[in-house]
Amino acid sequence: MHATAEATRQLVRMRGRSYVAFVFTPEIPIVGWLAEIDTTLARSPGFFVGKPVVLDLAALDLSRAAITHLINNLEERNIRVLGIEGVDAEKLTSSMPPLLTGGRSCVITRSEPAEKAEQKPEPKPKPNSLLLENPVRSGQSIVFTDGDVTVLGSVGSGAEIVAGGSIHVYGTLRGRAMAGVNGNSSARIYCQKIEAELLAIDGYYQTAEEIDASLRNRPAQAWLQGDTMKITPLN
Amino acid sequence: MAKVLVVTSGKGGVGKTTSTAALGAALAQNGESVVVVDFDVGLRNLDLVMGAERRVVFDLINVVQGVAKLQQALIRDKRLENLWLLPASQTRDKDALTDEGIGRIIGELRTRFDWVLCDSPAGIERGAMLAMRYADEAVIVTNPEVSSVRDSDRIIGMLDSKTVKAERGERVTKHVLITRYDPARAARGEMLSIQDILEILATPLLGIIPESQDVLRASNVGSPVTLNNAASAPARAYTDAARRLMGETVDMIVPAERRGLMNRLLGRRAA
Repeated sequence: MHATAEATRQLVRMRGRSYVAFVFTPEIPIVGWLAEIDTTLARSPGFFVGKPVVLDLAALDLSRAAITHLINNLEERNIRVLGIEGVDAEKLTSSMPPLLTGGRSCVITRSEPAEKAEQKPEPKPKPNSLLLENPVRSGQSIVFTDGDVTVLGSVGSGAEIVAGGSIHVYGTLRGRAMAGVNGNSSARIYCQKIEAELLAIDGYYQTAEEIDASLRNRPAQAWLQGDTMKITPLN
Repeated sequence: MAKVLVVTSGKGGVGKTTSTAALGAALAQNGESVVVVDFDVGLRNLDLVMGAERRVVFDLINVVQGVAKLQQALIRDKRLENLWLLPASQTRDKDALTDEGIGRIIGELRTRFDWVLCDSPAGIERGAMLAMRYADEAVIVTNPEVSSVRDSDRIIGMLDSKTVKAERGERVTKHVLITRYDPARAARGEMLSIQDILEILATPLLGIIPESQDVLRASNVGSPVTLNNAASAPARAYTDAARRLMGETVDMIVPAERRGLMNRLLGRRAA
């Protein structure tokens, strides 16, 4: 048995891509023009680093030696020339950057600062707590699933607080408090005075009847220990 | 500057209409020009308590719908010339009230009177909402019972959210008026204490009206209790409350079981 592995033809895929390049148009005297480049570099040393640079020599009539000299001078300043425009092809040697044609001018935007400005301001992080400075009255329902709820006043009988996190009541808790509704079993309920109608954490609940009468009217907290709700005095 | 005051409670039968009539008459006796407006469309009572039921021609609904002018519907009290009544309709229901219509009438009453007292119907539905809608101040009538106090708490929440003032970010000035306070039952601990009520409602106390036969007697003869027997205990309590509404500082008197023995309420008005 003899099998020849036929070489699979490799497809060469080519894609076009355009870049924006700085176009230098040197002027006579070249020495004076280079001095201008030097002052730009003195102001911002990194100005041309990593930027493609194209030399447009259409306005000049430079010899091959003069072009070589110019390119060398730029390389000394760490400016790499990507291509040359506006000269006869025979003036360029193979060691020189290639001849470019068909360039279109465009506005160069200073990219670094512009990029920063374009970045959308970081969206404000959602508040993860809710503060209520007034009493929560009977019939009111406060639902805040993003985090803790703090009530400076009392929570009236017939009112309810639903929180994704813990619930803190600095007055008397007479209504219902449901903490950790998004499955947060480490959420707790704290209150200055407990007279709650119902306490719930992560779906586990106790009604007023089940709450130990000795706790009534005292500062207390409720938390989950495994599958059981614990209610203990705070002091 | 006219003040629009709603007398409300949530719960029925606690004494809103009695209190509206008594406070209105007491304010008028103090020289203020007062109109009491019955918002209990379909179940009007204020005309009876004011003793004006036989003089009702046009009512609030007629004015809201433009059938009658405000002047035609207003009834002047026979005893006090600066006390007026705007009666409710007994044949219609509360759906006949419109927000714009009430707003227009309240605006008109503001230009003519020092006080516009709105007697709210019980409940939290349309009638009660419209009665409180344009209020600057509110008197929340509460009995010393848990059910009444919880309903009052609910109404206070609505005063803080559903009124024009609340929607503008301002606050309605709220007062708690405790009615049907029975000193004997209080002494036996059968009622909620004043402190408990104020602690639950977290609202300043306007007055404590003792349970009394005088209130019933006055209603039956069609007279606000403050006019019928000004010397009675409830009349004096209402008069004190009216003076507090006018901005005076009057010592709070807790009705006591034995006559003449009056206790001060802990020296503070409220939490």
